Amino acid sequence: MSNLLLIAKLQNNLHKQFNKSINQVDKPLYMLLRLTISFLIIIAIWQAIVIIFELPSFILPAPLSVFERLIERHDVLFRHSLVTAQEVIFGLLLGLSMGLCFALQMLLFKPLKRWLLPILIISQAIPVFAIAPILMLWLGYGISSKVVMAAIIIFFPVTTCCYDGLKNTPMGYLDLAKTMGATKWQMLRRIQFPASLPTLASGIRVAVVIAPIGAVAGEWIGSSEGLGYLMLQANARMLIDEMFAALFILSALSVCLYFITDKLLKKFIPWEV
Amino acid sequence: MMNQQQASPSIIIRDVTLRYNDSNEPILKSLNMDILASNWTCILGRSGCGKSSLLRYLANLLNTKVQFSGSLSTSSEIDLKEQVAYMAQQDLLMPWLTVLDNVLLSEKFSANTKKSQSDKQQQINKAKQLLQQVGLTDKETLLPQQLSGGMRQRVALARTLMQEKPIVLMDEPFSALDAVTRYRLQNLACELLKDKTVVLITHDPQEAIRLANQLYIMQGTPAFAEPLTLPSTTTPRNSDAKSAALQQTIIERLEADYE
Repeated sequence: MSNLLLIAKLQNNLHKQFNKSINQVDKPLYMLLRLTISFLIIIAIWQAIVIIFELPSFILPAPLSVFERLIERHDVLFRHSLVTAQEVIFGLLLGLSMGLCFALQMLLFKPLKRWLLPILIISQAIPVFAIAPILMLWLGYGISSKVVMAAIIIFFPVTTCCYDGLKNTPMGYLDLAKTMGATKWQMLRRIQFPASLPTLASGIRVAVVIAPIGAVAGEWIGSSEGLGYLMLQANARMLIDEMFAALFILSALSVCLYFITDKLLKKFIPWEV
Repeated sequence: MMNQQQASPSIIIRDVTLRYNDSNEPILKSLNMDILASNWTCILGRSGCGKSSLLRYLANLLNTKVQFSGSLSTSSEIDLKEQVAYMAQQDLLMPWLTVLDNVLLSEKFSANTKKSQSDKQQQINKAKQLLQQVGLTDKETLLPQQLSGGMRQRVALARTLMQEKPIVLMDEPFSALDAVTRYRLQNLACELLKDKTVVLITHDPQEAIRLANQLYIMQGTPAFAEPLTLPSTTTPRNSDAKSAALQQTIIERLEADYE
């Protein structure tokens, strides 16, 4: 878990390269076409594997049967997706606000940082899956325990990115504000906070991708609804095509969430390089 | 506003020694300097000689980081730090603010941030007027990264003027620009800052000769300052045989410091 920050940085770089390559063509239609083609290729390989190795449907169902299951059970899938989506979104909101508060505290009260940092690291050293049963015990089988799990899992990348961003405000900006007579609070609000937004944004991008992990893992450990629950039930009943259908919805959900967040971040942080 | 009528003050520096807290050697020692009121004072010296430290001290940016001894006084009663505007080598435009908002930046920091609507409108009009003076009327809604280096530094100039401070401290503000842009910006700054007390740090003798009413050379470790006589013509000076000769003298004197 502690190399999440590394992932954050790596992902940020990837993201930049990705953006650059998109900007070179800069056509949404082209991008859509590429997405469709790569999707179709994966489906084709999948179908080929099923045919060539003559895999039984309880090991790897054919794409078509998954698709049929998707249509057939769309109402059930939709109901459970809604629950998981809720957990992910509330988890993101909770984790983000916790991370922001934590980062601000570390910045504003230097001595407090020495006390808080070990807690932050311990919160990452204990695998979130190991404390999941305890969360179930305390918070029940409802969505609150999953929200908290998603929040815990994104807490570290958000906090570190936000803190890094706040701490690494260019010295020149601070000097300028100081000669203009800015107070500590004005400096934070007008300079440090906006200057930290691009770094925070890369933390948010990581958070959006990993938050569903927390939610679904929580559902596996104990729940009565959600896509993770549905997958477990389907597995027990050997409905592997339903499992795959749930998995498909889950990935689609994550991808959509990522692209929406990315669009929003770009809209509100247009100066980001 | 309040500073407009008031004449720009002079700054008198006497026997100033400056030492960074984390160093044993002082960076400036027994420095004497008379910065004349409503004039351009240029300070020349090699990189790292302490000229930036002096400027940053005047801008009150080093007060917790250095040990200071000597005396520093101005001809007006107001505290020095209330009277200075600072312009750095980088334009320091906030990338998230439009050009207009960048010019208005100091208004968000003043102690009296509670302003009436009409005051705000007045300030916006003033900022627009300043942008017109620096020749960027049609650029006010753009973000800084959409501008060229020269334009950005002109926005920084407008932002400095917006502060209406009688003393302007400039730390090599033109050094990152190409020759022609620099030339034009020097003329513009010279015209717009003519009533202010300006302290300009530079390592470019040509720039110093062009703009200075008064010139100091800083040399040695720890550094001391010596005045240098300049032609009495008005600034900005065009280069002629006399200034070329002066430039040669300055370079030879500076060279002695590069051992």
